Amino acid sequence: MKFIVCVKQVPDTSGKVAVKADGTMDRSSMAAITNPDDRNAVEAALTLKDQHPEARVVVISMGPPPAAGMLRELLAMGCDEAVLISGREFGGSDTFATSQIIAAAIAHLGLDEEDVIFCGRQAIDGDTAQVGPQIAEKLGLPQVTYAADIRKEGRTLTVRRMLEDGYMNIQVSTPCLITCIKELNTPRYMTVKGILECDQKPYRVLDYAALKDEPLIEPDTIGLKGSPTNVYKSFSPPVKGAGVLLEGSPKEAVAQLFAALEKQHMI
Amino acid sequence: MTEFHNTDPAAFRGVWVFCEQRGGELNPTCFELLSEGRKLADDLGVELCGLLLGDGVAALAPTLGGYGADRVYVCQHPLLKDYTTDAYTKVVCGMVMERKPEIVLIGATNIGRDLGPRCAARLHTGLTADCTHLDVDVAKYQEFLKRTSTLDVDGMKWDLTDRGLKMTRPAFGGHLMATIICPRFRPQMSTVRPGVMQCAPFDQAKADACRVELCPVTLDERDQKTRVLEVVKQAKAAVDLIGAEVVVSVGYGISRDVKTGLALAQQLADALGGVVGASRACVDAGWIGADHQVGQTGKTVRPRLYIALGISGAIQHKAGMQDAACIVAVNQNPAAPIFEVADYGIPADLFQVLPLMIEATASSKG
Repeated sequence: MKFIVCVKQVPDTSGKVAVKADGTMDRSSMAAITNPDDRNAVEAALTLKDQHPEARVVVISMGPPPAAGMLRELLAMGCDEAVLISGREFGGSDTFATSQIIAAAIAHLGLDEEDVIFCGRQAIDGDTAQVGPQIAEKLGLPQVTYAADIRKEGRTLTVRRMLEDGYMNIQVSTPCLITCIKELNTPRYMTVKGILECDQKPYRVLDYAALKDEPLIEPDTIGLKGSPTNVYKSFSPPVKGAGVLLEGSPKEAVAQLFAALEKQHMI
Repeated sequence: MTEFHNTDPAAFRGVWVFCEQRGGELNPTCFELLSEGRKLADDLGVELCGLLLGDGVAALAPTLGGYGADRVYVCQHPLLKDYTTDAYTKVVCGMVMERKPEIVLIGATNIGRDLGPRCAARLHTGLTADCTHLDVDVAKYQEFLKRTSTLDVDGMKWDLTDRGLKMTRPAFGGHLMATIICPRFRPQMSTVRPGVMQCAPFDQAKADACRVELCPVTLDERDQKTRVLEVVKQAKAAVDLIGAEVVVSVGYGISRDVKTGLALAQQLADALGGVVGASRACVDAGWIGADHQVGQTGKTVRPRLYIALGISGAIQHKAGMQDAACIVAVNQNPAAPIFEVADYGIPADLFQVLPLMIEATASSKG
């Protein structure tokens, strides 16, 4: 039994971010972190492993070589094995091409009947939430997104899937793909033992040569050429002209504010 | 799938909106999408169609007409009563392959974001997530860029005959706007963020004129790989952030006295006929429910009046409220980024300012 977790290294967009003059991101202005929802996906897999010690947790990521650092950290958290999908041929992929490549890598690893794939709900750089469901489609697996609770008994998973106005309880059989939200759990920390052991754990890189014979990999399904969507234009979001700062005592400021709001029929 | 040639744009015609219903109730996002879809269909000179899936939902179709649909395709089956990924994907993809629309819009709800990527992958086409602006007409897109960007629009080369869908969305947590196109494949698919597109008024004459087409559905239990055990609507006071005219939002600035801060914000919201919103910091701290959250990972609001109390104004928060008609910010730190988008700023302690505002509201009404 394997629990495969798909993770992405993303720029930390919560701080100050620089945009270059040509309208693209200055990635060097941001720290690289493990995508937050993906950490919940890792924890979901590790929690299930705690209940099924015979299972192996395989963490898999597509990205440039520096993503190896993130994968080591996840091994130190308790994952058993790490796979980095990396290759020039994969660059420029949109969500369609990315899911195609990751699905090919998972097919390459092989899926058994009790296996579960976990993804985070979405990554903070693109916020698309598309790659998880698209991997499931390409592998012909059922999916449950927005999971806030997961229970496994044999080949049956019962998942609480969150909606904006409530939730659904959904039953699904393995193999399947689940996307996880932050309400699902609190990710554990790395342990000292984990850090000491992580370099001994299996770690491998899958490049184009390793995956090229997978049926999902075709020149027109991967990379920039295999991406149905293209960026047409990019630009910095509009900056609104500065408003009026109402100084003086709070009482004066509030009086001025309400005079202005009444004048504009705001209240 | 063999007869479905999705790389021939000329074979595809019409704009479709997936009209989500839950428990027989239409999701208001589909009215926003129909209003937006109407403009795109008019620019293209094509039909706007609603696609409605469910069980016994045909009576909802004329309402969709009232918001702009020329035609509504209704797909009814007992297995479509509650949303399931597999059954809905099968029916939506079947309809698209048979009737070939050039554009498909889906609300970026928790259901739309489950369905959209699955359909796009099956149809082998592109999908752009969480769009906040759509254009087909190049001149209109140029106007949009002139309004919202610093790009040298007139200095660029443009193909004015291009009728492809230009899908604009925030990326990198709102630090960047990107316009995405899907030039080689059809349909062009987009999920659209709830609350962003403006909803046109309901038009009874259009509702009466709308053509409703019942479409045959072939489904059986084997098409469904997941089983819905139950659907639970959470009984809680619904916070209608998206539809609110006035939003009074609190941020980490209430940390000194959370209980009082929330109570005062609620009082001000009540006095102004509004609702209470919150920054992510407050939601993460557990002070208020996630349904109050405004911002990139919360809700996008465009009220008449937005009052930000003790909110520093991270870009993720601004992404969810900067389109409010009037923004008032109260923050002790005069350098807080929230003041960059505020029409009126008060650099003072919210615990001093709030009672004065509540008092002023009462006297302005009296």
